[in-house]
Amino acid sequence: MIDTLMQNPTGIALLALLGLGAVFGALLGFAAVRFRTEGNPIADQVNQLLPQTQCGQCGFPGCRPYAEAIANGEAINKCPPGGQETIEALASLLDVEPEPLDAEHGEEKAPRVALIREAECIGCTKCIQACPVDAILGAAKVMHTVIADECTGCDLCVDPCPVDCIDMIERKTGIQHWRWQSPDVIASDRVAA
Amino acid sequence: MIEVHTIKGGIHPPEEKALSNPGHVIDCPMPPKLILPLNQHIGAAAEPIVAVGQYVLGGECLATATGLVSANVHAPTSGVIASIDDHPVPHASGLSNCCIELIPDGEDKWLALNGTDDFRQATPADLVTAIRCAGISGMGGAGFPTAVKLMASDRTPIDTLIINGTECEPYITADDTLMQVNPAGIIEGAEILAFIVGAERILFAVEDNKPEAAAALTQAVVDTASSVAREVVTFPTKYPSGGEKQLIEILTGQQVPSGKLPADLGIVCQNTGTAVAVRDAVVAGRPLTHRIVTLTGRALNKPANYRVPLGTPIEFLLSIAGYQAEQSSRLVHGGPMMGFAIDDPRIPVVKTTNCVLAPTEQEFPSAPSAQACIRCGHCAEACPASLLPQQLYWYARARDQEQLERHNLFDCIECGACAWVCPSHIPLVQYYRAAKGFIQDSREEKIRSERSQARFEARQARVEREAQAREAKRAARKAAAQAKTTQDTEEDPIQAAVARAKARKSEQEVTE
Repeated sequence: MIDTLMQNPTGIALLALLGLGAVFGALLGFAAVRFRTEGNPIADQVNQLLPQTQCGQCGFPGCRPYAEAIANGEAINKCPPGGQETIEALASLLDVEPEPLDAEHGEEKAPRVALIREAECIGCTKCIQACPVDAILGAAKVMHTVIADECTGCDLCVDPCPVDCIDMIERKTGIQHWRWQSPDVIASDRVAA
Repeated sequence: MIEVHTIKGGIHPPEEKALSNPGHVIDCPMPPKLILPLNQHIGAAAEPIVAVGQYVLGGECLATATGLVSANVHAPTSGVIASIDDHPVPHASGLSNCCIELIPDGEDKWLALNGTDDFRQATPADLVTAIRCAGISGMGGAGFPTAVKLMASDRTPIDTLIINGTECEPYITADDTLMQVNPAGIIEGAEILAFIVGAERILFAVEDNKPEAAAALTQAVVDTASSVAREVVTFPTKYPSGGEKQLIEILTGQQVPSGKLPADLGIVCQNTGTAVAVRDAVVAGRPLTHRIVTLTGRALNKPANYRVPLGTPIEFLLSIAGYQAEQSSRLVHGGPMMGFAIDDPRIPVVKTTNCVLAPTEQEFPSAPSAQACIRCGHCAEACPASLLPQQLYWYARARDQEQLERHNLFDCIECGACAWVCPSHIPLVQYYRAAKGFIQDSREEKIRSERSQARFEARQARVEREAQAREAKRAARKAAAQAKTTQDTEEDPIQAAVARAKARKSEQEVTE
């Protein structure tokens, strides 16, 4: 047996390669089962960057589904609440070119919260059912109110309201939310531009 | 005598302190109306407890602190509440905020004030409560509620209390004046503060450009007996030696690590004005309603230090000090280095107003337009916090949050030394302030988005659970209905017919 093999170097090489292939194949197969990643890690990272307004303006039912779609190659410029900043963060994560926001899905607005004009509310609970983050408090036939700290400003409660008593107002107003602005570009930059 | 250390960096701008005649204080007459902002401190705004039209006495509490980091607001004199509404307030934004408007009746009737004769009979907790009730917040400029600062030092043992009379910013002489006219009050307030935190020594820190103040304090220390070690320390004048962390390094040689508090080193630092306010609150039971304000600048005929009721409109103060509007280039709240421009002179004096500056165009020429950074590195030499201002500038322009945090942007005390030395006149501090703002915004957004994500997922789970429960119920109902029909008819005629047909069919198949 050994003699035949010694005379057949090609056979030895083949056997050796086959053996190696089998060993490493088994190893890889074992690793694939043992160290399997749950879910899609890229979708998780993308989801971290999305604003979590759950507004559905991108055409997906929430931020998580859009994150999964992006991980599978969907365009990254469909999120108006996130705006240009989110697009740039996504572009650098996925190493693609940042694109301008797709106007079809809406425009970037200052963060807002819903406000129910409480005197007009008829207690129909339609907005409560529409709210993706359970930020509206109330019960059938009693007045509803928005928990402003939890509201993501997604707009989804506005349409279902049969008496149009929900307003979207700007969230960050007043002196506490005022921030210093960056100075204008320096003079020499202006000349160059 | 303790050894005095030096800090890295710093600058020597023209001091201009003699202009406001330190050491003399003029009582400001009562203005026709007082505007008392509900938020004169760092933290949550106080909540009004008076109604429009109500008559109040001097020293009466008008608004109470909400939450831990907040401070009460008191009436500086007797009078009637005219309104509780938005009014321009001293703030870099120039925006309005809620204020209580008080029309003084001119009689200046006060509540009966109850002080403690011997504070050593009280517990530190009672004294902290007295300080909190008096609405005292840091009077050096930042305005952090004093009671909270004293409570924060509960966690670690404190050995040193520093009374900060550095007043390193040019023009301002309010603390200098206070140290000269009321050294005994400062000493007594310091004793109370040392008793509260359990400090074993008190250091009174004075820059060497205020020899009269240092002498007055030294004399007052000699004149009084005490159970703790006390020392008046003078050290060379340099801006910004009065920054809390800078002063601690000068006096002890220790640096407060990034993200830590002086209390972690066993040190508490309080301003001289705060010490006097504490003394008044504890010994006299008097809330914080007045403060010394330096009115200075060459556009004033009578620059001086005034003892001003809180809420006095700046325009009223200016008229007393002989303001020459046509000579003035601008108005500044605070000092020339860290103050901000006043858009509307109707804003009132608040607890943190140490200076109102009315310079002429010669004193404060308009800033020349900024040129490109030539990377000279002067800013890094001037920075008292050992930061790299130039790097921070580039990262701030690029809005690179990660690098800004890595270069310790939040250790910047916004002293303005870097911008002062910059040969290209780049408004560096404004870049840093803007950068701090957007980083804070993005941190808040991050927290919000994590919360909404958790709530969204919780809701999804709940909706699914409910759907499953409904489905299970429906299935149960269906099963129950089926069971009922089978019970009702022992043998279903249709089923029986189908079975017969099937049997016939299979028979046929077999025969074929």
